[in-house]
Amino acid sequence: MSAPPAIGTEALVDELWWAVTDCDEFTAVDVVRRARADGTDEETLLLDVIAAVQDRVGTEWAADRLTVAQEHAATAINERVITALVHDRPPVGAPDRAPRGRVTVSCVDGEWHALPARLVAEVLRLRGWRVDFLGARTPTPHLVSHLHSTSSEAVLLSGSLPTHLPPAHAAITACQAVGVPVVAGGRAFGPDGRYARALGADHWAPDARAAAAVLEEELSAPHRAVTRQVMDDLPHLTDQEYTFVAQSRGRLVRQTLTGLENRFPALRAYSDAQRERTAEDVAHIVDFLATALYVDDPALFTTFLCWTADVLEARRVPARSVSAALAVLGENLHDFPRALGLLADGTAALAARPLPAPGPGREA
Amino acid sequence: MGRVRGASPCVFGSSGSPVDPRSAAVSIGAAWAHAPYPVIVADRDGALVELNDAAQLLWSDAVRGDQLLDTVPSWLAEAHGRFADGAPEGSGQAAGTVYDRFFEAHPTPADDGDVVWWLVDDTDRRLAEAALAGARQRSALLADVSSQLLSTLNVTRCMEATARMATDHLAEAALLVAPPQGRRHQLTYAYRGGPVTRATAPVDVHAVPGLAEALQGFPPVPARWINPADLPGWVQPAGFAGPVGSVIVAPLPGHGVPAGALILLRSSGEQAFSGDEELFARLFAARAGAALSAARLYTEQASITATLMRELLPPRLESVHGVEYAGAYRPARDNERIGGDFYDVHPGTGPAEETLVVLGDVAGKGLDAAVLTGKIRNTLHALLPLATDHERTLTLLNSALLSSHHTRFATLVLASVRRRGSKVELRLTSAGHLAPLIVRGDGTVEETATRGSLIGALPKVTSATAHVTLRPGETCLLYTDGVTEARGGPLGDELFGDHRLKRVLAECAGMPAEAIVERIQMLAAQWVGPGSHDDVATVAISAPRAADLTVVGGQRSAGGTTYRRNG
Repeated sequence: MSAPPAIGTEALVDELWWAVTDCDEFTAVDVVRRARADGTDEETLLLDVIAAVQDRVGTEWAADRLTVAQEHAATAINERVITALVHDRPPVGAPDRAPRGRVTVSCVDGEWHALPARLVAEVLRLRGWRVDFLGARTPTPHLVSHLHSTSSEAVLLSGSLPTHLPPAHAAITACQAVGVPVVAGGRAFGPDGRYARALGADHWAPDARAAAAVLEEELSAPHRAVTRQVMDDLPHLTDQEYTFVAQSRGRLVRQTLTGLENRFPALRAYSDAQRERTAEDVAHIVDFLATALYVDDPALFTTFLCWTADVLEARRVPARSVSAALAVLGENLHDFPRALGLLADGTAALAARPLPAPGPGREA
Repeated sequence: MGRVRGASPCVFGSSGSPVDPRSAAVSIGAAWAHAPYPVIVADRDGALVELNDAAQLLWSDAVRGDQLLDTVPSWLAEAHGRFADGAPEGSGQAAGTVYDRFFEAHPTPADDGDVVWWLVDDTDRRLAEAALAGARQRSALLADVSSQLLSTLNVTRCMEATARMATDHLAEAALLVAPPQGRRHQLTYAYRGGPVTRATAPVDVHAVPGLAEALQGFPPVPARWINPADLPGWVQPAGFAGPVGSVIVAPLPGHGVPAGALILLRSSGEQAFSGDEELFARLFAARAGAALSAARLYTEQASITATLMRELLPPRLESVHGVEYAGAYRPARDNERIGGDFYDVHPGTGPAEETLVVLGDVAGKGLDAAVLTGKIRNTLHALLPLATDHERTLTLLNSALLSSHHTRFATLVLASVRRRGSKVELRLTSAGHLAPLIVRGDGTVEETATRGSLIGALPKVTSATAHVTLRPGETCLLYTDGVTEARGGPLGDELFGDHRLKRVLAECAGMPAEAIVERIQMLAAQWVGPGSHDDVATVAISAPRAADLTVVGGQRSAGGTTYRRNG
């Protein structure tokens, strides 16, 4: 079902990349309109050009070749490009667009990366589905009341950051309890979809084409979730380690900062802004530690730590500060064997990293 | 065991307890002959040696010397054969039916290789156990039915679940007839092993005896048996093999709201409905009716709420007369879509006229505050012809609010916007609200010099208007205190504050309007994390960058303004 990328998508990706990072909406829209006029089909433009540019935006940010603000601007331009493409589309009801069923596309509560979900929504519309697109950071109560008031055959739930997995779990269970199956997708659910399975999603789709393929198969009713509780999917949560770490986030960050200042007195000379950046980095470590406790997977934690180390080194911050933060965290989590295990795994993974080499960082 | 007289006490132990064979042999002939339970003695070759009164009642024709195989049921004869062939002691028990009763048979060896079979009548216990298991299964089923039905508030899904569960547990096929909408009924069909299908059709409900009454829901009618021959064709699901053997029409009691009726069909190959099953069907229908009426009520209420709320939702903003506008709104409560912050853009009648932008904040949160935002937005809309004079507009709005029954007050910002060449001119007036911020092309962030009294509190309002010019790529941000008063951050209890907002805006120089509001909303939301927050509203007014001028002016300057890059 997935057509091979049309010839020349690399050139299109380059053209769009320059327009988007130059904040040049006019040229960006022009690039895709011309490509379409030249016969590149819309699905290819969405998934092999616009999505590819968006991927590059993430990569370039990690390597410190784009600022966060530029990343936002580029994403906004990409959104406008999609809007322009969609605007040119023939109206619904055209003969080649027989209506299929109705589905809901939504981001996990707290998830701000709406573009992957938007691409899924547009591809499904292209393939004839009636799509309710609820957008970024959809609170789970909105999602559930939407399902009560419509007859969606499925929910496609998108998540990019793994730290949103606990709210994603709540959303998956809630949708299934209403009787609607859930297709989980996006980087948050792991490169092989392992977290989609762990959280009890009915299906996992690595990309928009796979999501469309899942819907085109016969969709079965969700496995009974009416009386299912969080603990039934993740029995290890009874040890309360996730709950503790998630609830004491602020305190753990503060304790870790104090511990780091004792180890590296130079930190005391940091400006407020630098200090805040460090606090944010530590807060991220605590968030990922909590999420790894939630899904009980050390790989989630170690992948994040190695990526963080790469990002820091790209910004000329020594990565050993990450190992030091782990050591301080360990001192404050004596009584939590699973957390200590994760911290040990993290320290080992950081130690095993190849020496920093100049070059692009890895993607999230 | 009152009839035992002068018997050796060890013969009639409790059923199943081992009996010493020697003492049994000694007492045979004395007490066992009158025992209340059947006892038979057979020799090792399977010939009947002796049987007592109770056994004689069971097998009246049996006489000594008969072969067991010809007399008693095969399960007992075979058990005897196994025991006589030397099965280990104590393990020879068997059980089975004799005519319509159920017996456990316990063997004990006697002299000369004979075997005494003690039969214990177990019929009543078995019946009680079967009844208990049935009752348990039905209550488990009803619990499952309830939880599945109550989990959805969607009428269509609820009807599908009802039809599907009816075919799982009650009948081979089921049809749920919804109350009429006009002359048409929504019909939900299901049959065992097939898909649930829906249709909407103008069917004649009077063609099915009892259906019209069941659909009315009042007066209450019992579930009705009807003659399968009387059924019209539309009652059978397409794909159901049939022919129909038995039919029940059951009303779904909706407690004041009509909920529909359920028609259950069994093919002639399957047993007709028993009394128990009919009772169960009624319990099932009661639950389905309650769930369906709840779903119907919810749907009605949700549609009323949606209609009322539509006017209160923040509008979608876009470019107007060559100026970019972007707005974003996040209500304080996740389960609501509206709150006490609001914004509007009222386009000028032409490019030469001013466009009026309003952003404000009503004291309080939630629906009550949202209702007042609606009133303010409507009043301002009516005052548009006077909007060139900000202070006069604010004075009129103030007196309108003072004379209303609302005791809340509000703060707001008015911005009159007009494009002049490549620049955008703004007149900004704050009424007790946070002064708008200007993001210049070089990353400088300026606070506008406007202030004024809030609205709806004092009889007189005063204000000072600021005049600002935006060059291409520059933005004016209107925002509510939900941004700066967001409490959280990595340490959990810090305010986001002015200085952070300005620092973040400085990084936003040159960004498109919607990217700026998105970024501010995102940072404020992430700052708070999962904690509680106030309503947050942001509106960005941007002068388009050079490249966009072509869209308006028709001529494109090569290169345009290049975006600031580091590295």
